[in-house]
Amino acid sequence: MQTALVKPTRPSRPGYRLDGQDTMPAATDAPIVFALDTLEVYYGSFRAVRDVSLDIGKNEITAFIGPSGCGKTTVLRCLNRMNDLIPGARVAGTITYHGIDLYGREVSATEVRRRIGMVFQKPNPFPKSIYENIAFGARINGTRERSKLDAVVEKSLRAAALWDEVKDRLHGSALAMSGGQQQRLCIARTIAIEPDVVLMDEPCSALDPIATARIEELMRELKQTYTIVIVTHNMQQAARVSDRTAFFTAEVDPKAERRTGVLVEYDVTSRIFSNPRDERTENYITGRFG
Amino acid sequence: MRHSGDQILAINLEPRLSWRTIKSIVMTTFMIGAFVAITIPLFAIVWSLVSHGVAVVSRSFPDFFTATIPVVSRRSGPGMGPAILGTLLCTGGATLIAVPLGILGAIYLNEYGRTSMFARLVRFMAMVMTGVPSIVMGLFVYVLWTMRFGYSAFGGALALACLMLPIVIGATEQMLRLVPDHMREAAFALGASKSRVILLVVLPAALPGIISGCLLAIARAAGETAPLLFTVGAATAYNPHLFEDANTALSVQIFGNATSSFAAAQERAWGAALTLVVLTFLLTLIARVIAARFAAKR
Repeated sequence: MQTALVKPTRPSRPGYRLDGQDTMPAATDAPIVFALDTLEVYYGSFRAVRDVSLDIGKNEITAFIGPSGCGKTTVLRCLNRMNDLIPGARVAGTITYHGIDLYGREVSATEVRRRIGMVFQKPNPFPKSIYENIAFGARINGTRERSKLDAVVEKSLRAAALWDEVKDRLHGSALAMSGGQQQRLCIARTIAIEPDVVLMDEPCSALDPIATARIEELMRELKQTYTIVIVTHNMQQAARVSDRTAFFTAEVDPKAERRTGVLVEYDVTSRIFSNPRDERTENYITGRFG
Repeated sequence: MRHSGDQILAINLEPRLSWRTIKSIVMTTFMIGAFVAITIPLFAIVWSLVSHGVAVVSRSFPDFFTATIPVVSRRSGPGMGPAILGTLLCTGGATLIAVPLGILGAIYLNEYGRTSMFARLVRFMAMVMTGVPSIVMGLFVYVLWTMRFGYSAFGGALALACLMLPIVIGATEQMLRLVPDHMREAAFALGASKSRVILLVVLPAALPGIISGCLLAIARAAGETAPLLFTVGAATAYNPHLFEDANTALSVQIFGNATSSFAAAQERAWGAALTLVVLTFLLTLIARVIAARFAAKR
């Protein structure tokens, strides 16, 4: 099982390319975790996303922003192969993870997801106790001893800044928590499997501003340990928390007469929001889009 | 605080008899009427069962449940013990066959087969099987099993299992479909394999519904008579063997005794009917308690 993720196929490529040029500035020299090269995603015959090339750095927060239907969630779900679960979804181009082809023949999607966790838009705790939600990942990875499970639960809840709020009702239902607590529980559940990367798909869209602020604070802390990729509709959020931002938009596909997602610009966050190079990015971030 | 009298007079909040209120009253009356109409037969059944049955059972209290059935049916006296055991054997055997098969089949249909041709075929066949009359199932098992191996409780169990299987498949698949996909996604995103997702997340979430569906199937099987007439045969003494010799069941005894012209036999039929209803009720109660335990644990 552990040998599933070996076999580098090609050295990871520095920089990000759009229209054939390497233009990503070396703002940080973080090692590359993901390298996407001319990624395309299809749902059946419909091409949902095309021409996405970018690199994601280690221990950074990378934000995907853009209007609805621009494919940012689709790209995110490719990074841990969640799209495999959708019948008819397939990928063209390459995604490498630490130099390994993520969609290679010998790669197991289950092994990928053990290393690349995901937090969803709607908090989705299991209808079990708080304790069992966190222990789930450890249990499926073969931990049986109560003392070890207890330690994992406490550590993860502390890391998600939830321990003090729930330590007295660990065996109460997770569904009795507030939305913000549920989302932090989902983050705790994800980091309990000690992943390498945490993907977050609009994690705050169902939460109020106070809960959102807590999650953002948490993300900044988690960044020390994990690589984080976040999809958000909230541009202020991207500006506040991320190190780099990728702006996607939906444009008419010359091949199919339908709108598909494209990557417009990828840069250091401060530059995207202060001095974007593409007019479409500027229009979007200044609210003049569409 | 002081109210302006003029303004209060101007606003009328009293109910008015509008077309909308008339419709509401008429529809409410209909609904209450329908409810009363469906409870009348229910109470009539329970009342006649209890009024006739309790007298018979209490006259020879524990004996009625334990003594053997009189060989000559006009003789009065207690005895439904062998029929209770036969019902438990047939229904229990059928449950052991149909419930695991049905649940596994439903898991295949909803989690693996989905919309594939084979899954659609199986789903369609299960639907058709629901509509097959129970007597035809009895005939089927009679030809397939009883003609070769003779009467036995197992033949009855086979016939009842055929009846239960489509109900269990249908109810379980429905319950699995109700488990939201985001829960499966959450488990997959933690690196769980498909079998773990099904065993640890999907099945526990659907369990109360699955138990209800299985109970429905068991209760229906316990009351079936026609398929047992072909396959179980007739006996008046205890037969604890599942695979050997003719057996009997409460439903068969109800049929045989109620259609008899002797008053003693008819009385026994009432007693057997009450026993069957109480047995099914107890079974349901026990399963509900177990299901509640499971739900509390989660």
